[in-house]
Amino acid sequence: MATNSLFRPLQGPSSTPARSVKIEFDGRALQVQEGVSVAAALLSAGVSRFRTSVVSETPRAPYCMMGVCFECLVEIDGQASRQSCLVQVRDGMKIQTQRGPRALTDGTEAGNE
Amino acid sequence: MSDIQTGDRYDLAVVGAGPAGMSAAITARARGLNVVLLDEQEAVGGQIYRNITRANPRALDVLGPDYASGARIADAFHISGTVHLTGASVWQVGRDGTINYLRGGKVSSLHATQVVLASGAMERPFPIPGWTLPGVLGAGAAQILLKSADLAPSEPVILAGCGPLLYLLGWQYLRAGVPIKAVIDTTDTTDYVRAAGHLIEALAAWPMLKKGLKLMSALKKGKVPFYRGATNLAVQGTDAATGLRFTVGGKDMHVDSKVILLHQGVVPNTQFTWSLRAKHSWNDVQLCWTPDVDAWGRLEGLPNIYVAGDGLGIGGALAAAVQGQLAGLEVAAVAGKIDAGARDSAAAPLRAELAKQLRIRPFLDVLYRPKDANRVPADAVTVCRCEEVTAGDIRGYVALGCSGPNQTKSFGRCGMGPCQGRLCGLTVTEVIAQARGVSPSEVGYYRIRPPIKPVTLGELANEA
Repeated sequence: MATNSLFRPLQGPSSTPARSVKIEFDGRALQVQEGVSVAAALLSAGVSRFRTSVVSETPRAPYCMMGVCFECLVEIDGQASRQSCLVQVRDGMKIQTQRGPRALTDGTEAGNE
Repeated sequence: MSDIQTGDRYDLAVVGAGPAGMSAAITARARGLNVVLLDEQEAVGGQIYRNITRANPRALDVLGPDYASGARIADAFHISGTVHLTGASVWQVGRDGTINYLRGGKVSSLHATQVVLASGAMERPFPIPGWTLPGVLGAGAAQILLKSADLAPSEPVILAGCGPLLYLLGWQYLRAGVPIKAVIDTTDTTDYVRAAGHLIEALAAWPMLKKGLKLMSALKKGKVPFYRGATNLAVQGTDAATGLRFTVGGKDMHVDSKVILLHQGVVPNTQFTWSLRAKHSWNDVQLCWTPDVDAWGRLEGLPNIYVAGDGLGIGGALAAAVQGQLAGLEVAAVAGKIDAGARDSAAAPLRAELAKQLRIRPFLDVLYRPKDANRVPADAVTVCRCEEVTAGDIRGYVALGCSGPNQTKSFGRCGMGPCQGRLCGLTVTEVIAQARGVSPSEVGYYRIRPPIKPVTLGELANEA
């Protein structure tokens, strides 16, 4: 686990050590807590930049954690534009930073504009 | 849970598993209705009681008794016999009671004779310079991390803004031993003076007021640096947040931190009601849109669709639970399961309780009214985070003849990103209203249309 994580698990006597799963972020293996959202897992593993914005390609990271802001979009197992705060982390997930605007592929949203 | 078949029919469909949604479902089930509840999360609770059924003792202790009390309603919901569709993103609610949703990568639909929308609230946007930098989150977002994943900031954190949730999170962090670098409060002397006019009313809700005072005194005892009346808030940093700059008493200040939690209240999440073309009114006290409803939460002109909870205007978790029960009673009466007399006698104590719960709101709404500068930002500040449109861009569109939020889309794609104006909508309305010198009411809101949640073409093609 990265030492520079902005968020870390609560410390305390009665907190039970969580079971962990293995995921990959941009090719890097990470051991993260089971049963949490992908966004929470990545934040606790020291990932502080999730995507780059579509116009200026500046770094972005989770802001609302409840599906409102779409700042936490990442690519999960090849599917782009997943809201990482709404997806539960699963063993073996391969996650990638989402860079800039998306290409128009099958993953394109329907009727959004 | 057994798989649901597309086309299933219910007496009632509830959207959202917070206190309002669970209460509506429990109430209608108790009168014998066939009820389904759809929610995006894996477990009940909404955001206020998020993860309540799985919280460990340490988390329950840190989060406090009000959070822990959510377990009672969750238990009642679980034995109510409601069909609970977890992980279900509702992307369309039709005026006829059709619910389209995405679950496990599959698109499905069901039909309900009546619908209760309990999609709650979201944090009000806090558009200040640098608010798009990684490391800046809503205080509510940070609280979700605490509730859902036991995560807290690993270094001294800044809490900035105003409102009960900000101080509650501060209190919870103190209990968890999370160091707080500073609370930078935008509430100033004039707010206290204006709020004093509502103090008598608020005293009638003494337990709530006392709780607020307890939170503030805990922060004081915890020796958390507390700045009052902060203005000119700006997040510092180039690729990530490094600190917050602000002005207090004419003096420019700077506090370093890589985690900056912003909060200036919550607002109703009105995406569904707008998409249904329901009538909304601008609430100038809570500075948000609320749908027009009758005493049961029924949408004006949409007799089979109700709203319960914070989607009606911000009243808090306890008020939301009561509003859910009221909607549930009316739904049962319309379904012919109870008569008007039984409905009214069950509703009477609920209405008294609701009035009691709402008594503190005028005081809170005035005291923690978010500052104009933090809602209607300077030109350089990004308003639409998805498409990176600034307040100055929007003012430029107005100068060219743009009169409302929908037109900002054609002028500059404002509100056209994946969030579809959810986060920027209120800011866009207020920026245009200010630039045109008219009321937000006159400016209106985005024309929201389904899908409310992103659905891919592939998912639609695979409809069950």
